[in-house]
Amino acid sequence: MTRRAAKQVRLVDLAHARSGDKGDTANIGLIARRPADYPLLVKQVTAARVARHFKGMLRGPVERFELPNLHALNFLLHGALDGGGTISLKTDAQGKVFSTALLRMEIEVRR
Amino acid sequence: MTTPLRIAAGQGFWGDWLEAPWRQVMGGPIDFLMMDYLAEVTMSIMQKQRSRDPSLGYAKDFIPLMERLLPALVERGVKVTTNAGGVNPRGCAEAVASVARRLGLRGKLRIGVVTGDDLLGRVDELLAAGHQLGNMDTGRPLEDVRDRLQSVNAYLGAAPVVEALARGADIVITGRVTDTGLTLGPMMHAFGWTSDAWDLLAAGTVAGHTVECGAQCSGGNCLIDWENIPNLADVGYPIVEAYADGTFDITKHPGTGGRITVPGVTEQLVYEMGDPRQYITPDCIADFTTIQLRETGKDRVRFSGIRGRPATDKLKVSAAYFYGYKAVGTLVYAWPDAIKKARAADRVLRRRLADLGLEFETILTEYVGADATHGPLALQDFDPADLPEVQLRIGVRARERAPVERFTREIAPLILNGPPSVTGFAGGRPKPEEIVAYWPALLDKTQVQACVDLVAV
Repeated sequence: MTRRAAKQVRLVDLAHARSGDKGDTANIGLIARRPADYPLLVKQVTAARVARHFKGMLRGPVERFELPNLHALNFLLHGALDGGGTISLKTDAQGKVFSTALLRMEIEVRR
Repeated sequence: MTTPLRIAAGQGFWGDWLEAPWRQVMGGPIDFLMMDYLAEVTMSIMQKQRSRDPSLGYAKDFIPLMERLLPALVERGVKVTTNAGGVNPRGCAEAVASVARRLGLRGKLRIGVVTGDDLLGRVDELLAAGHQLGNMDTGRPLEDVRDRLQSVNAYLGAAPVVEALARGADIVITGRVTDTGLTLGPMMHAFGWTSDAWDLLAAGTVAGHTVECGAQCSGGNCLIDWENIPNLADVGYPIVEAYADGTFDITKHPGTGGRITVPGVTEQLVYEMGDPRQYITPDCIADFTTIQLRETGKDRVRFSGIRGRPATDKLKVSAAYFYGYKAVGTLVYAWPDAIKKARAADRVLRRRLADLGLEFETILTEYVGADATHGPLALQDFDPADLPEVQLRIGVRARERAPVERFTREIAPLILNGPPSVTGFAGGRPKPEEIVAYWPALLDKTQVQACVDLVAV
């Protein structure tokens, strides 16, 4: 079998997402559009990769949790919200659209 | 299958769509109307209102809403669970009772009142007894903000809601009961679930989490295929159709707008999620990795397989304390070189603030239209040089009021003495705002005693 060339694909084409907050932590739930793509997300969208993606925007670490039943990953981005809630000066003080910023990430797909 | 218990969500937060509860009651058969009013810092806003007028301290707009709804609720036999009571559930219940009497419903309605969550008056006693109430996020002891506390409330679970229903309440008005407890309570009451039926309690908790944000699971704020979600103007709020074995459907009234699908519901399941294996409430620990979803009809998703574990011996406590002051000023710069001008204005402003010797904890600048929500990630993907306009948005935060007050005087002058092509200042000078911050803590369950009373109409 010939090896197919890898292609860079933006997450927005492979996944959808929603985010919210708990204090100064933003969460991002990343959901595969097609269940078959979930393993790609598990393999490539690691906590370390997400931390690099948001470099300069976080004061704390990134944690990742897997929800294979929902074909979803959940990320906790600590120190993401300038103090969060009422303290934060950010437009997105409650991290409501942090999820869409993750969808800019590119991952490698062989199809 | 037998007839399900139907619990309709009517409010996802204090300020949600006023038409939603009315549509839920009138749009088809339901057994319960569940309305969640409380966000993390809502209690402190209500505390402030009560300190000015001891009869207040609850979601005021709940009263005219009930005036509109009560006759239909009584006629249709629909019961209500809500945490609209805030820091004064009794005052809220009295106000509803007086509206009910005015509507000629004397003797036709019983109002249950759930209290016991308010710990503000017991803080010294608790601290003296060795309960630290330390900040769950930062680890700091509550002593640090003791003299600035504005509200302290334990999150109560479903148990007192169940007790109120068992004693015949038609409307249950609570203080800080968890969002999920307002949905789980009616299920425990209707199905006779015991307080150690962990899988069933977890199922009711997941149902509560799914509908606690109202339309956010039925097509509102839904990213996947958002352009094809039908008729959001007439969006149907979600309804839980629950069965005694812990399975349930999420659906909505026929003919309403919006959309209920597996991907849409999944977006809501991961909203504000922490560790999905341990979604901790006063009632149980729900494991979100056990949820099985299946579309069983148009706008209908079946939940099954949900597993739970025993609740912890702690309750979460939400305190609010005075933190300081903040203000945000904005100006709009137009093409050509909109973002260059906005950046120049930011430099001028920061220099002036420094020259005045003003001290801030933080100064934050965002360029709305360029990088406000995605930060540097946005600018990796496009060049903002040609944007038709950019809003400069500068915020400051300080412990003292004075520097924030002075900052608010430094925005308008930029219109005449800063970079050109500037507009968008019709709103006038920004106002310094008091910051009341959130303090999450844990407390032994044994220290909190929920209390249920009935108010006669």
